[in-house]
Amino acid sequence: MKISDSSTLIELKNAGVKRAGKWLVREISFSINAGEIVTLIGPNGAGKTTSAKMALGLLDLDEGTALQKPELRVGYVPQKVSIDWTLPLRVKRFLNLTGSSTETEIDAALAVTGTSHLINSEVNTLSGGEFQRILLSRAIAKKPELLVLDEPVQGVDNTGEGAMYNLIETIAKNLNCGILLISHDLHFVMSATTYVICLNGRICCSGTPKAVSTSSEFRTLYGSKISANLALYEHMHDHTHGTDGSSDHTATKEQNSKISQETSINA
Amino acid sequence: MLDDFLFRAFLGGIGVAIVTGPLGCFVVWRRLAYFGDTLSHSALLGVALAILLEVNITLAVFMISVLMGLALLMLRQIAPLSSDALLGLLAHSTLALGLIALSFMTWVRVDLLGFLFGDVLAINQFDLLIIGLGGAVVLLILRMIWRPLFAATVSPEIARAEGLQPERAEVIFMILMASVIAISMKIVGVLLITALLIIPAASARCFSNSPEQMALYAILLGVLSVILGLQSSLTWDTPAGPSIVAALLLLFIGSTLSMAKIRSIKGKYWNNNSSKATP
Repeated sequence: MKISDSSTLIELKNAGVKRAGKWLVREISFSINAGEIVTLIGPNGAGKTTSAKMALGLLDLDEGTALQKPELRVGYVPQKVSIDWTLPLRVKRFLNLTGSSTETEIDAALAVTGTSHLINSEVNTLSGGEFQRILLSRAIAKKPELLVLDEPVQGVDNTGEGAMYNLIETIAKNLNCGILLISHDLHFVMSATTYVICLNGRICCSGTPKAVSTSSEFRTLYGSKISANLALYEHMHDHTHGTDGSSDHTATKEQNSKISQETSINA
Repeated sequence: MLDDFLFRAFLGGIGVAIVTGPLGCFVVWRRLAYFGDTLSHSALLGVALAILLEVNITLAVFMISVLMGLALLMLRQIAPLSSDALLGLLAHSTLALGLIALSFMTWVRVDLLGFLFGDVLAINQFDLLIIGLGGAVVLLILRMIWRPLFAATVSPEIARAEGLQPERAEVIFMILMASVIAISMKIVGVLLITALLIIPAASARCFSNSPEQMALYAILLGVLSVILGLQSSLTWDTPAGPSIVAALLLLFIGSTLSMAKIRSIKGKYWNNNSSKATP
């Protein structure tokens, strides 16, 4: 189905999918406009990836509707991409997978993620962190209107994570695209995203990061200590992450790692 | 020259190798070796039906292969079996049915060995025409669906999310496979077609830096094997189809070994360099 309103990129209305008689997700409704970062959070098996796939039109819905702007340019970083060893595929060719980008566009997309030196490497020989950055470069090479990132920092080490999230923020600003993000990193979610959707089979709460982190549903899911910490963190987020993962605000950094330890139990 | 049966054999074999090269790359990349095997096994049922209904054998084999591919796509949706179990089921049941059907037709003498292992020396001018035209059409269509099909091979989800309609490309690819099996059955037979699809691509992998390069090398290696195989079949009076496959195997072993050799030399060079660098 198509959307006529030009600023809305995609919209789900009461969407749901079931497998073998069991609902994976139900009653999912949200929309993404240009320039917005919408984040899906929730425990494992909550239906984050399923909801993203519904929005992308990858799944046939068993209820509700999924609308997409006509001719929408999408960049997608799936949760898992495994490339068979038999495929001779270099980074440059991989960036051209679904569209024909010019040399300049490819160089620019690699430069953004700091992977220009990998342009002639075989994709199979890359480390997890390198591959994740190449996936991001590939998704932005065509200058998408909508970027869907399913756990974009997996395989990236702790210091690289902050840099990756800064990168995503920068990309959102520079491309002015809508971003649908699935993330375990609650502090990034709370500090940099426009709209948060907390899932657990259904939408259990949604709204601005502040509203979500103080809601009772979020507390039941993540524990009151973490949500209190997050509210505090959001308030104190006045520092910047360096590309090497460093931070110029030591107090916040300690706070940051403290929250990391606690959230990782739930994540 | 077309009157010479040897010349026709070489021409037909080379024509088939040119088509199976790029198609075979996708078979290797997508892990469809068993799928190709299943389609070619079912070709025998096509032969039996063609004789029974008195229609063109190539056409009947093509139709049966397409049906088999569609049946597989459907069974995958509904049957609670893994793909390889389904393929095995279809491959051997259609082969059995084909053999039974042929055994009933006592009024025709069927050269079963010819269908199983090919009869490249019996290619006539009409066969050459089918290989030439059919092969050209197959390659042209493959060229047209190359981008979506390749993207779907790397990641079906990315391809679909970014609007390339991979399902359509995959169905078209299945029809191309069926066509290739129909046109090359006479050359290498139903049991050896998979070899002509897989081995050139597998040998080409070692030397290739891009998918397109691999397709090109697969063509070259396939053509070389056809020439070598047919030549040795003439020299030592061995069966033509199996000789081509034996030549393919030799080229595969050769390319794999030479690549391993090159890698080890590169490795030594690298190690020497790095040991010099460390004080």
